[in-house]
Amino acid sequence: MTDQPSQAEQVRRSLKRRYRKERRFRSYGIAAIAVALLALAILFIDIIGKGYSGFLKSTVTLEVTLDSDVMMLEDPTDKTARRMADFVAPLQQALMAELPPEAQDQPRAVRGLINNYASDALKKAVAANPEWMGSTRTMTFLASTDVDVYMKHQSDDRYSIKLSEQQQGWVDELAERGVIDLSFNDVLFTNGDSRNPSQAGVLGAIMGSLFTMLVTLALSFPIGVAAAIYLEEFAPQNKVTDFIEVNINNLAAVPSIIFGLLGLAVFINLFGLPRSVPVVGGLVLTLMTLPTIIISSRAAIKSVPPSVREAAEGIGASKMQVVMHHVLPLALPGMMTGSIIGMAQALGETAPLLLIGMVAFIVDVPGGFLDSATVLPVQVYLWSGSPELAFIERASAAIMVLLTFLIGMNALAVWLRRRLERRW
Amino acid sequence: MQPGNLLLLTAVLILIAYGLGYARSRALAMPLGGIKHLKSLPGYYGTRAAIWCGVPALILLALWVTFEGRIIQYLVVSGLPAEVRPDSAGKASLMLTKIQNVANGSLPAGFVEEPIAKAAETLTRLQAQSSWLRTALVISVAVLFGVWGWFRIHPAANARRKVETTLRWFLFGCAAIAILTTVGIVFSVAVETVRFFDRVPITDFLFGAHWSPQTALREDQVGADGSFGVIPLFLGTMLISAIAMLVAVPVGLFSAIYLSEYASKRVRSTVKPLLEMLAGVPTVVYGFFAALTVAPFISDLAAAIGLEASSESALAAGLVMGVMIIPFVSSLSDDVINAVPQTLRDGSLAMGATQSETMSKVIFPAALPGIMGGILLAVSRAIGETMIVVMAAGLAANLTANPLDAVTTVTVQIVTLLTGDQEFDSAKTLAAFALGALLFLVTLMLNVVALKIVRKYREQYD
Repeated sequence: MTDQPSQAEQVRRSLKRRYRKERRFRSYGIAAIAVALLALAILFIDIIGKGYSGFLKSTVTLEVTLDSDVMMLEDPTDKTARRMADFVAPLQQALMAELPPEAQDQPRAVRGLINNYASDALKKAVAANPEWMGSTRTMTFLASTDVDVYMKHQSDDRYSIKLSEQQQGWVDELAERGVIDLSFNDVLFTNGDSRNPSQAGVLGAIMGSLFTMLVTLALSFPIGVAAAIYLEEFAPQNKVTDFIEVNINNLAAVPSIIFGLLGLAVFINLFGLPRSVPVVGGLVLTLMTLPTIIISSRAAIKSVPPSVREAAEGIGASKMQVVMHHVLPLALPGMMTGSIIGMAQALGETAPLLLIGMVAFIVDVPGGFLDSATVLPVQVYLWSGSPELAFIERASAAIMVLLTFLIGMNALAVWLRRRLERRW
Repeated sequence: MQPGNLLLLTAVLILIAYGLGYARSRALAMPLGGIKHLKSLPGYYGTRAAIWCGVPALILLALWVTFEGRIIQYLVVSGLPAEVRPDSAGKASLMLTKIQNVANGSLPAGFVEEPIAKAAETLTRLQAQSSWLRTALVISVAVLFGVWGWFRIHPAANARRKVETTLRWFLFGCAAIAILTTVGIVFSVAVETVRFFDRVPITDFLFGAHWSPQTALREDQVGADGSFGVIPLFLGTMLISAIAMLVAVPVGLFSAIYLSEYASKRVRSTVKPLLEMLAGVPTVVYGFFAALTVAPFISDLAAAIGLEASSESALAAGLVMGVMIIPFVSSLSDDVINAVPQTLRDGSLAMGATQSETMSKVIFPAALPGIMGGILLAVSRAIGETMIVVMAAGLAANLTANPLDAVTTVTVQIVTLLTGDQEFDSAKTLAAFALGALLFLVTLMLNVVALKIVRKYREQYD
């Protein structure tokens, strides 16, 4: 009885320490969340900071005189003549006209400002409009990669400026007069890959991703839904069912690269399907996403209330009719949401596709399921391995394109869930 | 006929079969006094006829398309005279490409040797024959079975039951694909792994401390065999995973604790999706971030404090991988913490314990097995992660525990050994499959143990 107050005293005295501990514990939690969110923020800021310049291109606007003597082109409608003709000379002349007189003696330095592909663009323009020969036209061409890097990153010391002091002076002057200008990089969205960074685009990779995803969706959605229906509605309690369940749970946790090995050994070496094609990529990603789709579809089926089933059974529907006519339509929105999330995962997947050869350098935009192709994440991988920093900014830009697709898909899934899913 | 067109034609035949079956069942029902005298609805009779028409034909078409190329290749190669027949797989594929190029006209027949030109003719002929035969067979199978199915329509036949049984088998088949996939994985890695162990003894592989998978360009080259000791790869993988877990476990766990015990509903509903965004970012993006931002930053930082760091360090890859795994750990721990019954929490608080004391002395011990299971799953994820390490960890198989050194991992080596063109049966490519087998076994074991713990734990409180 006598030490009762002192015990209370003890507790009171320890309270301060305990509250301090409480506050510390709480701050650990806040710190942990702050670390995670900070990492997310740094990641996004870094990628946007590195990549926004990938959406810009440097162009040169020139008044080109299409003179048949200079170009050594008599008949612009003749393909062979066009192949022999000189399309660089008019560009060089036009650019020299914009530059100070000392440029006349340095044709190489002048040519270094125009993109290697500019003459091709001019050739195509002349082929399409032979009547332009002999006239002077104002046309816009891509500047060379060196100019592009200088225009965008002259103050960034990580980039090495390859232009000479004199060329830099010229570019500064032309930029001031608006001859050289930065504009939206439409090349990024209209071209396939290229060895020349200013000609490189993601269209090939986007089409490759599209074809691959179409194969994945066409296979994994029906198969996944059918498997989920079987397991939830029809599977008897036996060893086979247990074995299927164990397999699905384990496959969901198998590293994705193992699916690449499977694709290489089975689809390519055993079945003899070609390498690097969207069909094989789609098959591999189907096997990889199936567990995700099956698991989410089962959850959707489970959420349909038993009263619906009982009502249908009560008016004499067979088990299959109950499922196909009543359960499936009600579970479909949930299944679709799960599948979109599975598709988003597949869209970002890289590792298994490296093993089945979708990592090749492919310039042409694929036009079908059996054309050699690469996909967006692999394109990011290819460009980020390049020693040229001009490719790095394009890799960042490609990441932004990829993330836009992913965020769009996830937003669609959330919207679908809000819009269509019923709460019972 | 092209397989695609053939597929369309078969689809049309299936539709016709459905229509005829539907019509026949109604016609048969007419004299009996209407369709109420049929055992099933007319649609089921139609579907049954369509199944008879379509299923055998489609199976035949699928098998044909799958194995056609292989069989034609075999026939072409075995038709070559003995003296030009290729003696290795690599030469055979080169020769086949050549023959194909001649056959499709991109290489003029005059440019190649006589037997190749002949083989190209054979190839063209065989392809034409195969296409013709395929069309004839598929259509006749569809028609014959369709007619058979049509004749079997009978008012007393329970077509619905039959259709539903077929559909049920189809559903079972789709579910069984999970088994097939596992079998496929085991088969594909096991076969190549056994072949690999024919060349390199299994003890050298498992206990060798040196990894340099160069295979000889010439027969007599020094060190021609390459060495395939997996220990440096395994330690590299462990080092990077350990760094990743050092980041992910405390951060993930404490965010889960804060979100489930302290955070208001509003904070929770904004922070949780943001954390989940970390899980949705593709791994190649993390790889890009690790290789181009974190790694240079770490090597600069190390240089600034007088340490030497390689430009591709285990630390960079591990840190970024840790960030990637945070949401994984946090959502699993969140589930487990929420599964601890509220009564335990209330009891502790009623005794006058603070929230942190309740957490660390009551809830955490109760949730520990589940959290351990979640962490094991996260470890298995870290071990199998590929892109971050491929882009940021490097290729040098160093036997080191220094996180500032470059190390390599099992997954990096699989990718390096298998990208690009090479012969399929060199020790190098086979080694990749052996590594794959190892990776599969280790992650499988971790997953099985982890899933068991998590499930057992859930049952405890359910």
